[in-house]
Amino acid sequence: MLRPYLRLVGAGFRRHSTYLTASLAGLFTNTVFGLLRVAVLLAVVGPTGSAAGYDAADTGTFVWLGQGLLAVVLLWPDRELALRVRSGDVAIDLARPWNLQLALLAQDLGRAGHAVLIRFAPPVAFGALVLPFRWPDSPWSVLLFAVSAPLAVVISFALRFLLDLTAFWLLDNRGAAGLYGVATGVLCGLTVPLAFFPDLVRTALYATPFPGMLQTPIDLFGERGNPAALLAHQVFWAALTIGAGQLVLTRATRKLVVQGG
Amino acid sequence: MASVYRRILGSRVRSQLAYRVSFALDAAGQAVAQATELVVILAVFAQVDTLGGFSRDEVLLVYALAGISFGLSDLAVGQLDDLPRWIRTGELDVLLARPLGVLPQLLTSDLQLRRLGRVAVGALVLAVVLAQGRVEPTPLNALLVLATPLVGATITSSVWVATCAVSFWVVDGREVANAFTYGSQLTTSYPITVFGPWLRRALCYAVPSAFVAYFPALALLDRPDPLGLPHALRYAAPLVAVAAVAVAALVWRTAVRHYQGTGS
Repeated sequence: MLRPYLRLVGAGFRRHSTYLTASLAGLFTNTVFGLLRVAVLLAVVGPTGSAAGYDAADTGTFVWLGQGLLAVVLLWPDRELALRVRSGDVAIDLARPWNLQLALLAQDLGRAGHAVLIRFAPPVAFGALVLPFRWPDSPWSVLLFAVSAPLAVVISFALRFLLDLTAFWLLDNRGAAGLYGVATGVLCGLTVPLAFFPDLVRTALYATPFPGMLQTPIDLFGERGNPAALLAHQVFWAALTIGAGQLVLTRATRKLVVQGG
Repeated sequence: MASVYRRILGSRVRSQLAYRVSFALDAAGQAVAQATELVVILAVFAQVDTLGGFSRDEVLLVYALAGISFGLSDLAVGQLDDLPRWIRTGELDVLLARPLGVLPQLLTSDLQLRRLGRVAVGALVLAVVLAQGRVEPTPLNALLVLATPLVGATITSSVWVATCAVSFWVVDGREVANAFTYGSQLTTSYPITVFGPWLRRALCYAVPSAFVAYFPALALLDRPDPLGLPHALRYAAPLVAVAAVAVAALVWRTAVRHYQGTGS
């Protein structure tokens, strides 16, 4: 029952390992952006030594974990499923003896696993060696991070899946995907720590799944906030977004049949 | 010759305006993309009063000038992001066979008016900053405000052309170009004092990002350079733009001559 899905995890991993130069090019870009972001945030922290509870080492940790994780959770949608919906190829995907959402989730976890090796580890290692970096005081924090990061991948996948499903109704979801892609960077805490925002904005953001996609694993590594509450927020949104995906998929499939597809 | 390109561009524009809702959504998306960095700047200034020695309004002036430049440049040469696809699929061979330049053909292959969404956000912030009265309303400053986005767009576009030419050597190396094209959006939007000496040398002078918005903004604000650089640099942007175009043309020509096709 579970075995085909485990195989798909492996397939996702192998598929992405064939594009090594593309991964290395992406790695270079992440590192340049990391250097620029660190510079801006260090200039913010510089004069007083800390801002919103971040000192120089916290800032470095925030930026490098963020630059590494963004490729792991895949913040920017690739629209692969949406294009298959548009072309009609999705009919083949739906006819296969699997649960489409879980099958794609399995492949995405494999992709994320590959990204951990190629896109996450190098920039974090670079940042930790070359620039100010804070390792967690307690080894448990690393474990919490290791639990939280896969949850972030699941939430990100579930949102991207829902976004792709909009193609069943919109046919071309480029506008929706574009808007999502440009907004996530700020909403998840990639460009600036969410702690920099005024309280009201921050509370509003934690009523959405977005912090769980990036800021939460970073906060667990940096030992900020209550770990139980942060993980509960992630589990809640992972379950809700995956459930919503199943529901919408059922609706979308029915619509496909109605159209005679 | 020019009329050919004019006709091509006219058809591109008409095709986009045919789907009004989709166009409006796309333009809004571009505006949001530009506004994200504005959100970052405002969030930062909720925590501190100065950044790299500059106040919020001064940073916003740099951001606004850089935003308009980037938007115009994205409008003019953003299509080059598709260059790897043209090369991989072999479509580029078709362009080479036509009696028109490869670069003009690529640039006119699409004119994404939605990118004006970025320009709109930059122009709005610029208007707000100018209304604060921080910039003296002299004829020279008026000329600077009007010319800076155009000169800045020329510099940014040259960087774009030169770095995208990397695709002729490394087909799936598009993201390397992104580090310089989209990265320049970051380096131009902040005073260069926030970047350390090495980043400044590489990404503000060698890649001449500092001339896009920072130096002209110093002139507009009539304040001395905190780094003590020569006074003349603040008016040097047009010369830098000419040099940037020359370098970009040279790199592009070398790259096209090097092109061998992927065999697909």
